[in-house]
Amino acid sequence: MLAPPSHRRKDRFKMALSMKSVLRSGRNAVSILRRRAFHRSAPAAAQVTVRDALNQALDEELERDERVFLLGEEVAQYDGAYKVSRGLWKKYGDKRIIDTPISEMGFTGIAVGAAMAGLRPICEFMTFNFSMQAIDQVINSAAKTYYMSAGLQAVPIVFRGPNGASAGVAAQHSQCFAAWYAHCPGLKVVSPWNSEDAKGLLKSAIRDDNPVVFLENELMYGVPFEMSDEAQSKDFTVPIGKAKVERQGTHVTLVSHSRYVGHCLDAAAVLAKEGIECEVINLRTIRPMDVESIEASVMKTNHLVTVEGGWPQFGVGAEICARIMEGPAFNYLDAPATRVTGVDIPMPYAKILEDNSVPQIKDIIFSIKKTLNM
Amino acid sequence: MQNLLSLLSNALCRITGRTAGAQTVSELLIGLSEYVSLTSPSAPDLAQTQRLPPKPPPVVALRASAALLASTSLAAAAARVVASRSSTDLTPQVTLDIKKCDLHCLEEGPPVKATLTREQGLQYYRTMQTVRRMELKADQLYKQKIIRGFCHLYDGQEACAAGVEAAITPSDHVITAYRAHAYTYTRGVAVKEILCELTGRRGGVSKGKGGSMHMYAPRFYGGNGIVGAQVPLGAGIALACQYQGNNQLCVTLYGDGAANQGQLFEAFNMAALWKLPCVFICENNQYSMGMSTERASASTDYYKRGDYIPGLRVDGMDVLCVREAVKFAADFCRAGKGPIVMELQTYRYHGHSMSDPGVSYRSREEVQEVRSKNDPIALLKEQMLSNNMASVEELKELDVTIRKEVEEAARFATADPEPPLDDMCNHIFKNDPPLEVRGTNPWSRLRSVS
Repeated sequence: MLAPPSHRRKDRFKMALSMKSVLRSGRNAVSILRRRAFHRSAPAAAQVTVRDALNQALDEELERDERVFLLGEEVAQYDGAYKVSRGLWKKYGDKRIIDTPISEMGFTGIAVGAAMAGLRPICEFMTFNFSMQAIDQVINSAAKTYYMSAGLQAVPIVFRGPNGASAGVAAQHSQCFAAWYAHCPGLKVVSPWNSEDAKGLLKSAIRDDNPVVFLENELMYGVPFEMSDEAQSKDFTVPIGKAKVERQGTHVTLVSHSRYVGHCLDAAAVLAKEGIECEVINLRTIRPMDVESIEASVMKTNHLVTVEGGWPQFGVGAEICARIMEGPAFNYLDAPATRVTGVDIPMPYAKILEDNSVPQIKDIIFSIKKTLNM
Repeated sequence: MQNLLSLLSNALCRITGRTAGAQTVSELLIGLSEYVSLTSPSAPDLAQTQRLPPKPPPVVALRASAALLASTSLAAAAARVVASRSSTDLTPQVTLDIKKCDLHCLEEGPPVKATLTREQGLQYYRTMQTVRRMELKADQLYKQKIIRGFCHLYDGQEACAAGVEAAITPSDHVITAYRAHAYTYTRGVAVKEILCELTGRRGGVSKGKGGSMHMYAPRFYGGNGIVGAQVPLGAGIALACQYQGNNQLCVTLYGDGAANQGQLFEAFNMAALWKLPCVFICENNQYSMGMSTERASASTDYYKRGDYIPGLRVDGMDVLCVREAVKFAADFCRAGKGPIVMELQTYRYHGHSMSDPGVSYRSREEVQEVRSKNDPIALLKEQMLSNNMASVEELKELDVTIRKEVEEAARFATADPEPPLDDMCNHIFKNDPPLEVRGTNPWSRLRSVS
């Protein structure tokens, strides 16, 4: 599932553009450009899967800071249920990579406690569906504590795992939790799309002193993306709270996160042939959301379509629409914003039903055309 | 093993007057078979049956010892050689010794003898063999990518499902976790509907909307994907039974992995406090995904985990042991004495699911060992054949029939069409007027009926 050649070239171009714009604006100390002369000679741009990018991030951060450790089900000897932590137990041993029993509420609480006492745990949920069992510890023990203690007690923890729909795993294993977690103050919620996002954002999340919910996607684990040699460096991080414009456009703004960024780019490629140029924004972070980037884009294109895998009610798209209405970009809209979302039902099992329960590229194209009144 | 071998061969020497004892198991078998054929009153019958198709190799009966399942030593209570018999010779009923259960907070446990009628034997055999073939067929279909998503197979554990169903009534209730195909079958759903659900077609028991882990039937509450969640549910079903005063009970199954879920202990506490008619059964198949029991549990005495709740540890590979234990537990519950926790020691041949080869955390030899020495279907077969309750041909015919049935069900499951799109949004609410459901975009207005 390689990104088509046009994307690869565009990615590099976009990256250079965004690097330039970041430099110019002086925003955020993005370490992409810090070329370290003496670190291992990285190969030129390489194809790296999201899984391997995550694995690299974990490895590098475990090496960098010995307070960092990973716990979760099957993370150690099994190499990870989805092989994201492959090789880590062999390298770091029992103390740093801990296999837990099937006790989410218990081990999540244990992880949060360890964070309170000075460690920097990475708590893996085999899927975020199982985090529901432990959500009290995530919200009440992790998210709110720094506030409740008036700054005395920090909780530097990362909760990570696959989120959202997979393939044929049915209702109890397919839910998207972006909206659930992003609803809560005190939490940072991150949702990477490609390998660069995955690696850079995970490293940032681990280095962040706050509780971060890191939403991966099982269907993206095996997808390779080109990673520049800067992105492969040990100090490469992607800032939390900053969206990325993956594709420049003039007619409509598409805002998405995780796997659907790819769908948006595919839809944009199809529409480009009809002369419709879509601007595609990869949110990267759900909370705190980079509303400024969306506003800047909407003020340019005058049309907004949000795309997500989760359910529509009270979702990420709903929040984006509300924020746009409350801000300066509202007056630039030539049409109501459109949300493309998962169908408002529990996820069915049969393939034909499942395929029709999540946004397809044709749904995105249809919605764009309706928004553009075509 | 060596001691036992010499014990038996010495006994045989004394009986036959030989001076040299058997040095290996095969020598012992040959010696025994010669003795049996010499002394059998039906020796002429044997001669006649030579004209029939070749007999299968002698089936040796070796009973499992009282040690844990993982132990490799076998205590042979009796080693008998199978011979063909005519149907007039078949035994209608037999009383067999079964392994004693380990008890926790109980003065007395289930009986150590079990009665097996020919009909029961054939029924249990049929059930277990059907489950076995159905699971193997599911494996095949999964590898052909006709089944997708999650698929957790039950082969190796058949005696548990068959034994539970044999001990309860159809009006009792059962709930289990995701390794649920066998229970879906024993609770009355046809193989065809199960396979069809796995292939995601409209003929599936959940109309293709549930999949492997979400199959239901009257008095069978699935099929649950979240580890441990089914246990409080089971206690709740038991509460409903008590509330309605219907003398029914709920069998609530979970695995050795789920045994470490906190919600179990919450359910145990309330079940004991309120004396709910709930039989909690831990199917300990030694591994929770890739974690062996010692790596996941500080205490591997799962039958004692109920603490103040009485417990039984049962040989889960012997359908009669399971049946007697569950019967005992059912009587206990129905007498209003409260819940019981039971541990069935069993084994799964497949990995945790179809995406787990099952050999990174255990050896192939271990799996082979259990397969060859403790297979539940082979155990029942031996019991029936050595007690002359069925003939080899009869069981073989049954195997062929079952294979055909499963084959036919698979054919149906592969050919059946997928569910219609207009069923996609149905069944959100019960007894509600038709509902409008938002599709993937604001212009997509779908319909949901109850």
